[in-house]
Amino acid sequence: MIRERYLNLAVLAGLLALALWALAGDQPFTITLLTKVVILGLAAAGLNIALGIGGLVSLGHAVFFGLGGYAMGILAFHAQNFAPLELGPLSIAGTKSMPVIWLAAIAVSAAVAVVIGLLSLRTSGVYFIMITLAFGQMFYYFAISWSVYGGEDGLSIYVRNGFPGLNTLDPIQFFGICLAILCLVLLLSDRLARSPFGLALNAARQVPVRVETVGLSPTRLKLLAFVISGAITGLAGALYADLNRFVSPTMFSWQLSGELMVLVILGGVGRLIGPVVGAAIFVALEHLLGGLTEFWHIWLGVILLLIVLFARGGVVGLISPRRVGHD
Amino acid sequence: MTEPVLATRDLTKSFGALKASDGISIDLRPGEIHAIIGPNGAGKSTLIHQICGGLRPDSGTVHLLGRDVTAEGIAARARLGLGRTFQISALAMEDSVLQNAMLGALGHSGRPWRFWRPALRDPDLRARAEDSLHRVGLADHMHKRTANLSHGQRRQLEVAVALTLDPKAFIMDEPMAGLGAEGSALLTRFLDELRAQAPILLVEHDMDAVFALADRISVLVYGRVIATGTVDEIRASAEVREAYLGEEA
Repeated sequence: MIRERYLNLAVLAGLLALALWALAGDQPFTITLLTKVVILGLAAAGLNIALGIGGLVSLGHAVFFGLGGYAMGILAFHAQNFAPLELGPLSIAGTKSMPVIWLAAIAVSAAVAVVIGLLSLRTSGVYFIMITLAFGQMFYYFAISWSVYGGEDGLSIYVRNGFPGLNTLDPIQFFGICLAILCLVLLLSDRLARSPFGLALNAARQVPVRVETVGLSPTRLKLLAFVISGAITGLAGALYADLNRFVSPTMFSWQLSGELMVLVILGGVGRLIGPVVGAAIFVALEHLLGGLTEFWHIWLGVILLLIVLFARGGVVGLISPRRVGHD
Repeated sequence: MTEPVLATRDLTKSFGALKASDGISIDLRPGEIHAIIGPNGAGKSTLIHQICGGLRPDSGTVHLLGRDVTAEGIAARARLGLGRTFQISALAMEDSVLQNAMLGALGHSGRPWRFWRPALRDPDLRARAEDSLHRVGLADHMHKRTANLSHGQRRQLEVAVALTLDPKAFIMDEPMAGLGAEGSALLTRFLDELRAQAPILLVEHDMDAVFALADRISVLVYGRVIATGTVDEIRASAEVREAYLGEEA
């Protein structure tokens, strides 16, 4: 049994150590894999706020991942073609600057999350799952038919976007950027979970009627959680697109929404580092077993089954059982 | 007569052919405990739901502090000063006792949109929560997980959360339910003093507690108030004896 705080630090330090070890051993591909862990962990950390604290089973978080991806793709596409993005009277210049792209990804994801949240939070349970899934499919098919930006084939970006003062094409530097963002987001999530907002949201998941009875609105609390959650997953989408220098409708697919949920459940629902641990297991299995068999998902399924049946707190729950009421 | 803190006027609510509330007019005056009694299925829960905002009446109004709140929801009525306890404890079982009380304090503060400082380190919220837990006698258990409390302690916590709201009127739905004799006696003494802080609308099956506490009693049968009066008046009423107490007398 390890105290959660130490486990969190150990996982993050472990990722950094592995990346430095790969750097020393001149294995850029390993660094790329670790970057994927960090980015998928970030995307799932976003979902974890809605799912873990707010109890919102969203099967549509790929919407935000895809929006982040396309925010990057579209801005970079216009920058590399030297053709501004014409939106009616508005003419927006493309950009290859990561911070600008991140802000765009966050803003677009948050705005769409407000709309999806307002509509889907009128329902709960299975209906909530179905509505979020339906939104995901809408975006997926829209992206497929959007031929300006590659349609089904997706959109390639020739050169990774830039960050002031860093060479983002160097795998370790890009990894560093992603890890720094993950740490920042986890810090914010941790504060949020223990803040007054987190206290109320946590209660709104368990007993919404109690939250109302003390004069607060569970729906508003959950809506804000959904928006924050979507914004984080959107940011991860922009980074993922930059990692691959490629965006495609797959980022909007419901399989991806499902995978994000698998990452959270695998690591531990509502546990701060859970999504990162889940992403690490997922990428490791994909890489190690994927080389041996096309059907590696079977083993992922077995692990998921065992976790759900015997370890509801996920891997993090096994290592560091939850304590109650500490600050 | 003084203005009632809480009043219903001709509340009517039907579920299909069943009239669960049939023109109910009751009021809660400052400083009193007004008990609602009645056999199972008399419409007590339906009445509570309409008073607290969980159920919209077909017709009639609910007034809180002279203001018509019939169109307001649960949260708005809570902010205006209704403090409710549930028949079946509605608590965040995964959280600590203190966190449950702090949720009430947070509702009272009306400022849940704070994201950085841990709630448990907010001195104002914490003081209000701990004070309420002290008053109901749960101070020694505040760091326990709520799921690990005994049934009686959960009832106490229900009351403590309502206290954190500093309400203008308490609505208590069978607070004695499932308590042993000793627990009932303790809570009876507590409610006896609490009425000085704010009046209590008390739905209760425990007749000893009702007769010991109530300033007035309303008897609800088939959705209608068949009698309202003091303990002695209700005890003496032939109609009440026949409709309700008769079974036991």
